[in-house]
Amino acid sequence: MQFMLIMNETEAERSKRDDPATAGAYWGGWTAFVGALHQAGIVINGDGLQPPHTATTLRIRDGKRVIQDGPFADSKEQLGGYFIIEVPDLDTALEWAAKSPAASGGSVEVRPVMPPPPQG
Amino acid sequence: MADARVSPATIPGKDKIVETVVATARASYGRLVALLAARDGDLAASEDALSEAFAAALETWPKRGIPTNPDAWLLTTARNRLINAHRHEAVKLRGMDEILRRMDAPSAAREPIPDQRLALLFVCAHPAIQENVRTPLMLQTILGLDAAQIASAFLVSPTTMGQRLVRAKAKIKAAGIGFKIPELDVLPARLEDVLSAIYAAFGTSFDAVAGSDDRNISLAEEAIFLARLLVSLMPQEPEALGLLALMLYVDARKVARWGPDGAFVPLKDQDATLWERAKIIEAEDLLVRASKLNWLGRFQLEAAIQSIHIQAPISGATNWAALRSFHELLLAHRPSIGAFVSYAAVLQAMGQARSALEVLFSLDAGDVSAYQPFWVTLAAAHRACEEGDAAAAAMERAIGLTENPKVRAFLLSHRGD
Repeated sequence: MQFMLIMNETEAERSKRDDPATAGAYWGGWTAFVGALHQAGIVINGDGLQPPHTATTLRIRDGKRVIQDGPFADSKEQLGGYFIIEVPDLDTALEWAAKSPAASGGSVEVRPVMPPPPQG
Repeated sequence: MADARVSPATIPGKDKIVETVVATARASYGRLVALLAARDGDLAASEDALSEAFAAALETWPKRGIPTNPDAWLLTTARNRLINAHRHEAVKLRGMDEILRRMDAPSAAREPIPDQRLALLFVCAHPAIQENVRTPLMLQTILGLDAAQIASAFLVSPTTMGQRLVRAKAKIKAAGIGFKIPELDVLPARLEDVLSAIYAAFGTSFDAVAGSDDRNISLAEEAIFLARLLVSLMPQEPEALGLLALMLYVDARKVARWGPDGAFVPLKDQDATLWERAKIIEAEDLLVRASKLNWLGRFQLEAAIQSIHIQAPISGATNWAALRSFHELLLAHRPSIGAFVSYAAVLQAMGQARSALEVLFSLDAGDVSAYQPFWVTLAAAHRACEEGDAAAAAMERAIGLTENPKVRAFLLSHRGD
């Protein structure tokens, strides 16, 4: 079964990327986690994302385009990256989610990937 | 029934009532569930009836006072709910009337109700029940923990955990799993299932190498309660004594696992004066009691290993030779991935890093691929053999598999050592 691990981070956690005092441990933790995922041979794909302020959000309302700088909504935690993994079940996906640095520095949402719609 | 045993002059305040209900729930929940369910094996209905009885207590006791025997009041109320729910099955509960009649006698006002919890423990860990739901069943039926709490501790979705519990209870009823102590010929195997299920609530106790004790012990208190209960119900079972001793040794050290700044402190650097003396003394006594019963098993061996670690600060040195012997006995009794990795850690600490690597490489790659202690121990053994690249790669893998953020931070800051 495929699951998406949606990694959310708090602002405080994300700012560790840029502080020389904390950047080493921050990236060290992520590099090791990503390495362990790959070595387990379960990664379909996945990426980290640039910080939320680099986002541009678009919507069309009443036929008009509306573009804004920044993410869709201001919330305490923002999407920081994602992985799609192939594991036997939800329990295993949760085990991996718990090992992610985002589990303690934000949250990890685990969602099953939708199978392709039946062909007609 | 309740009215006759209440003296209106002693009606306490609302807070006191709630306090009494909560205290009664903690002390008597499992006892009452076990007794209600022993008749027909219907745990779900018994739990429902009991929670209704607790709700009724919160409603009634503030008006009429706390009954002299709160357990008997709750039992009567729950029994009546059960009878109302299954009127046609009421006959099955008739035996309980006799219990209640005796408890109603003035002399027996404080007499505890009969204890069926041992039978309930064996039901929860029955071979017909899936292994991953045995511990949750115990936590729910004996201690009254809800599915969401249990789900978090076991890293399972609350919905899934709820379904597993419901299915397991349905199975107990449908399969007619009897509420009784197993016959002597199967008792050792069945007891081992009960002990393993209790231990599963505690987490592992692997901490021979710094940073390999990345465990979740959020249910340690509950596990110790269950082990104490088992010891009180089966005082002559050496492995039950061993299990309780093992958990007390590990639990005694928990205050020393985190430094003043909240950082992780590995076993060898812990301030032994912080360890809880009372728990250690109790564990030592339990282990001595167990050894006099002349039946050595896995849990006594694991407790003995912990006992040696605990003695190190007192004697000034770790008795590695004894640790090695106990590990070899443990592997002969009950080989497991955890025991092999722990054995390798002992060999490495004794200066036999090559042998440690041999032990580690003999393990199945699939079994250890996500087992954090394996990678921490492998890194230490490679480092001792001055194989820097292999050590770094193993440590990287260990860090990636670490769940506890404080342990992760510790490993990250020590990976160059």
